[in-house]
Amino acid sequence: MNKEDVIICRCEDVTLKQLHDCFEEGYTTFEEVKRILRIGMGPCQANTCSLLVQKEIAQFTKQPLNKVDTHVIRPLITGVPLGSLAKEAKDES
Amino acid sequence: MKADIVIIGGGISGVSIAYNLAKQGMKNIVVFDDNYMTGGATGRCGAGVRQQWGTKMNCLMAKKSIEFFEQAQEELNYHRDIEFKQKGYLIVAVTQEEEQKFKENITLQNALGIPSRFLTQDEALDIVPHLNKDAFLSATYCPTDGHLNPFLMTDAYYHAAKKLGVTFHYYEKVIDIVVENQQIKEVITDKRRVKTHKVVNAAGGYAKEVGELAGVDIPVYSENHQILVTEPIEPMQDPMVISFAHNIYCQQVPHGAFIMGRSPNNPQHNHDMSSSWQFLEEMAKTATTLLPALADLRVIRQWGGSYNCSPDRQPIISESNLPGFYLACGFSGHGFMFAPMTGLLLSEIILNKPTTIDIKDLHVNRFENMEKTEYETSVV
Ligand SMILES: Cc1cc2nc3c(=O)[nH]c(=O)nc-3n(C[C@H](O)[C@H](O)[C@H](O)COP(=O)(O)OP(=O)(O)OC[C@H]3O[C@@H](n4cnc5c(N)ncnc54)[C@H](O)[C@@H]3O)c2cc1C
Repeated sequence: MNKEDVIICRCEDVTLKQLHDCFEEGYTTFEEVKRILRIGMGPCQANTCSLLVQKEIAQFTKQPLNKVDTHVIRPLITGVPLGSLAKEAKDES
Repeated sequence: MKADIVIIGGGISGVSIAYNLAKQGMKNIVVFDDNYMTGGATGRCGAGVRQQWGTKMNCLMAKKSIEFFEQAQEELNYHRDIEFKQKGYLIVAVTQEEEQKFKENITLQNALGIPSRFLTQDEALDIVPHLNKDAFLSATYCPTDGHLNPFLMTDAYYHAAKKLGVTFHYYEKVIDIVVENQQIKEVITDKRRVKTHKVVNAAGGYAKEVGELAGVDIPVYSENHQILVTEPIEPMQDPMVISFAHNIYCQQVPHGAFIMGRSPNNPQHNHDMSSSWQFLEEMAKTATTLLPALADLRVIRQWGGSYNCSPDRQPIISESNLPGFYLACGFSGHGFMFAPMTGLLLSEIILNKPTTIDIKDLHVNRFENMEKTEYETSVV
C-alpha cells in the first residue's frame, strides 16, 4: 500500500502519509492533526474520517481504540446556506 | 527542575516570546500550556492581520508585526506553508461620523508609514464588487493587511523555538506560583515543581487567574466572541471586509472558505466559549445584508472563543509590580496580529534591553491613571 495514494480525509485531500508524518512530529491527538492538516474541517465535518483517524492514532500510540478521543462535534450538523439562515431569522422577528 | 524563565501559555503570544528570548541567547526556557497547541484563543481566531488602527500604539505594533510575517517563512525556516496572504483589509464607513473618524485614522496611519487610503464607494466596489452599495458610504483600504493560518504560524514559532532549545510542555497546567518577600521562587504544575525567579503570564483568557496565582491584580476580563466558517469556494473576495456599524468582519481565506464573526450584543465577563444559534442568525443577517452574494454559501461550522480585554482595548506588555513577573495579555481581540511584536518587545524588557519601540503606553500601570490613555475604537 502506497501511503501517498491513500486519502484519509476526502474533504481536504489529506493522505495517510501526511497523517503519519504528523504523528512522527509528535502530534498524536485528533485536535492536533486537525489543526495542522485540516483533517475533519471540510464539509463533512469529520463524519467520514473520524473513525479512520482514531484507528491510526490508536495504532501509532499503542492504545486501545476506546482511549483515543475523536473530534469535537460542533454545530452545524449539515451545511446550511447563509441566505436560508437569514431568511428564517427575519421571518421570525 | 529549574528554569531561567517559565512561560505560562503556549498560544501565539507564548511561542513568540519563547522564540524571541531564545533567539537573543536566553537558555533554559520552559513553556507550560494546559491544552493542545492553539487550544486557546489562537486556534479560535479569525487570524486577520491589519494595520488600520485608531491609536498610534496599535498602528505601530501591527505594522512591525506585518513586516515580520512577510519574512516569517524564511526566518523561522518552517517546513509547511504559513499561508500568508496580503490582499488587504477594506473597512466600510456607514455613517458620516464613521467616515470622518476613518479619515483621521488614515492621517495617523500614513504618518506612521502605513499605506492605507480613503476610497469612494465606487472605488470600494472596484475592489469588492459584491458589496451592497445601499449598506455603506465609503471605505478605507490598506493593501498590505491580510491573513495567515493561525495553527501553522504557531507551529512555525514552536518548531523554531524548539530548535533553539526551548522546552515545551503542553497538557500541563500551572496551578500555583510561590512568591516570598516579593520574589518568585517556584512554579507548581499538576505534574512537577520548577524553581525559577522569572515568569511570563501569556495565559490568554485566563491571564487574570494566572495573575492571582502570583498575587498580582491585572485589570483584564474575558468575553465570548463567536465566529463561523463556510464551505470553500473559488477565490472571489480579496480583502477582509469589516464594518464596525454593521458589526461584521468577513474574509475568504487562501484555502477558499469564508470566515466571519461579530461582537456579542450583551457581552458578559466570563470564560464561556460556546456558540449559539442567536449568533448564527445575527451573523447570517448581517453578512447577507452587506455582502448579498454570499447567501448561497453553506455554513459548515461555528465556534466560540475568548477575547481577553483590557480597559482601553490595547495590550498589556510589561513587567508587573511583582519583580520578575511579566505580562502579555489583554489583547482585546487582536493578539494574533501583534504576536511578533509582543514576543520581541517583552523579550527586550525581560533581557533589560532598550525596546524597539517606546511602549510605556502598554505598561500595566497605565490603568492607575486612566485619563492619560487613548481608547481604541476601531474594534469589532
Ligand atoms: C472569535 C475570535 C476571533 C479573533 N480574531 C482575531 C483576528 O482576526 N486577528 C487577531 O489578531 N486576533 C484575533 N483574535 C484574538 C486572538 O485570538 C488572541 O488575541 C490571541 O490568540 C491571544 O493569544 P495568546 O497566546 O495571548 O492567548 P491564547 O491563545 O488563549 O493562549 C493562552 C494559553 O494559555 C493556556 N493557559 C491558561 N491558563 C493556564 C495555566 N494555568 N497553565 C497552563 N496553561 C494555561 C491556555 O490553555 C492557552 O492555550 C480573535 C479571537 C477570537 C476569540
